[in-house]
Amino acid sequence: MGKIKVFLILSLLILVFVVGCGSGSNNSIDELKIGVSAPLTGDLAATGASTKNAVLLAEEEINSSGGIKVNGKMMKVKFIIEDDENKPETTATVFQKLISQDRVLAIIGSQASKCSNAGAPIAESNKIPQITPWSTNPNVTKDRKYVFRACFIDPFQGKAVALFAYNKLGAKKAAVLYDIASDYNKGIAEVFRDEFSNLGGQIVAFETYNTKDTDFSAQLTKIKATNPDVLFLPNYYNEVPLQIQQARKLGIDAQIIGADAWDNPELLKLGGELLEGTYFSNHYAVDIAGDKSKAFIEKYKNKYGEVPDAAAALTYDAAYILFGAIERAQKADPQAIRDAIASTKDFEGVTGTISYNEGSGDPVKGAVIIKIHDGKFIYDSSVKP
Amino acid sequence: MLEKAIIGKKSISAGSLKWIRLNAFFLISAAFVQMLGNIGFINQYYIHILTVMGMNIILVASLNLLNGYLGEFALGHAGFMGIGAYSGALIAIYLGLPFFPRLFFSLAGAAIVSGVVAYIIGLITFKTVGDYLAVITLGFNMIIVNIIQNIDFVGGPRGLVGIPKSTNFFIVAVCLSFTYTVLRNLVYSNYGRLWISIRENLIASELMGVNIIRMKNLAFTIAASFAGLAGSLWAQYQQFINPKSFDYTKTTEILVMLYLGGTGSLSGSILGVVVYTITMEILRNLLEFNPRLVELRMVISPMILIVIMLTRQFGLMGKREWKWIQPEKEGN
Repeated sequence: MGKIKVFLILSLLILVFVVGCGSGSNNSIDELKIGVSAPLTGDLAATGASTKNAVLLAEEEINSSGGIKVNGKMMKVKFIIEDDENKPETTATVFQKLISQDRVLAIIGSQASKCSNAGAPIAESNKIPQITPWSTNPNVTKDRKYVFRACFIDPFQGKAVALFAYNKLGAKKAAVLYDIASDYNKGIAEVFRDEFSNLGGQIVAFETYNTKDTDFSAQLTKIKATNPDVLFLPNYYNEVPLQIQQARKLGIDAQIIGADAWDNPELLKLGGELLEGTYFSNHYAVDIAGDKSKAFIEKYKNKYGEVPDAAAALTYDAAYILFGAIERAQKADPQAIRDAIASTKDFEGVTGTISYNEGSGDPVKGAVIIKIHDGKFIYDSSVKP
Repeated sequence: MLEKAIIGKKSISAGSLKWIRLNAFFLISAAFVQMLGNIGFINQYYIHILTVMGMNIILVASLNLLNGYLGEFALGHAGFMGIGAYSGALIAIYLGLPFFPRLFFSLAGAAIVSGVVAYIIGLITFKTVGDYLAVITLGFNMIIVNIIQNIDFVGGPRGLVGIPKSTNFFIVAVCLSFTYTVLRNLVYSNYGRLWISIRENLIASELMGVNIIRMKNLAFTIAASFAGLAGSLWAQYQQFINPKSFDYTKTTEILVMLYLGGTGSLSGSILGVVVYTITMEILRNLLEFNPRLVELRMVISPMILIVIMLTRQFGLMGKREWKWIQPEKEGN
């Protein structure tokens, strides 16, 4: 009895699986399929939602203008969005599915560097171009031909913040508190340390903590004793307000600066008054937006009722880099699209002008410094590469 | 000598012969599937899912030894998988061997390193039982992840890239067959009976003269070795590993599959992984037509798990076994 049940359940599962997959592999040639791997659930779910919103907006726009001309025929674009749970293992499954079953032409994603790194070997070996919007870790695109990104890399951002702190803020002594368990935070912190010392500044404290720690008083007490001019917190938006609060409580009056992981509407809600007068580096600034950015922000706000964060803007740019490449390739062929992406020059995106140098998947683009004033993100200055 | 060998051959029981045949059949079909996949007849996505399932079955079955047969609640399995993944990856990258020796040494090395670490940890850990053991193993899992995060040589939190790809479905199938042969023989040997006796009544088995700590540590070491093997397979399949993949969330995932299938059952480990993985992938495929529904996958799948656990409280196969896994009764 039990055995029969088990057998029945198993065969039913397999049947549904095959049927379910079969319906997905219905290959229609009048659509350009593009895969999206996004962390829709898990600890970056907010970023995943932005990703989804941005690609759906791009899809709606391009399709309402008729689609993209390929082989002399207008074709609609279809994004296939999959949840990678912000886990490398799942990302690998998602990439394999998108490539082998859905037969996508290109993949946008994933967002976290660890996930992009797990997907990249699959894209690379299947010769499918991949554009990651948000993965700033240098090793994602290293030695890979088919992997591109829409953002700058951690070392550039670390340098940008160091230049800003030394030249603009006139800081001589800097302290750093960062999450040692996260590659993003560690990467930026180390580059900042090296660049700031090279400029002639002095790193007086270089303190670490672990993800999900909530008490930073031991590290901050040490930092206070060194009396720094600036305190650099290259950490995620959900942890920064707590750190600032504890720092101010201990009487640290140093100028506080951060990096692009601050850019989320949640930061202002959590931090409020505490954040007044702090600076951080970012991919783009909402208030000095050009026409293209303004149009994007307006449409995004109308559709989803919130200001797009950097992840949304970068995903939108990644989608348009891809659309442009398909248009120039004029073929629904991954290899041709890859070559067209690599030859992208002076692409005017929401987050700035993007060009790729041959042989590198990292774009040449600048960063902006944003000041928090009156509970808003205000543009302060630009840093060119 | 020759005579001895022949007699030795003759002494293979009918049950063992059946098991060997079964495994041979399994490996031949696996090789066949792999070949069909390579020529593009079977979708690579299916092969990928089969491969992931194979690696997960090794993990779950080895944890079953501890949580199922020995009856201790260990929470650090992903840590040993991580040790195996990193040591296997380092052997594969830095020894510069050709394909087969590289694969062999990275798998064997990973299993040995994980086993040795587990043995040392076990010496300390098994002074405690029950909840305390769970907390201590969880603690060691965290320590392992933290240590890896702080070694810059292996990439720290950035992870390790550039691992050569050596694992495919067939290799996983070979390791799976090896794992099951070892585990089945252990579970139905005197060792297995001792473990079960410890699970059923610790004091009684101690009175009967069972060296409790030694037996527990043996199970722990063996389980960790197989976790290391799975980790090494994983590293060489995914070609990228990072420490956070081996934290307690991974342990939890292994535990979910184990309890879904049922503890104390080698068949349950297979069934748990298969049902869990296929459910997740079916939901992925069923929900993809509308991008707004994609997140629902993480709502529906736990609900399915809850319903299964409510209707089958000991998991799908709790303490029962498919006939083909059981050796034949003595005297047959």
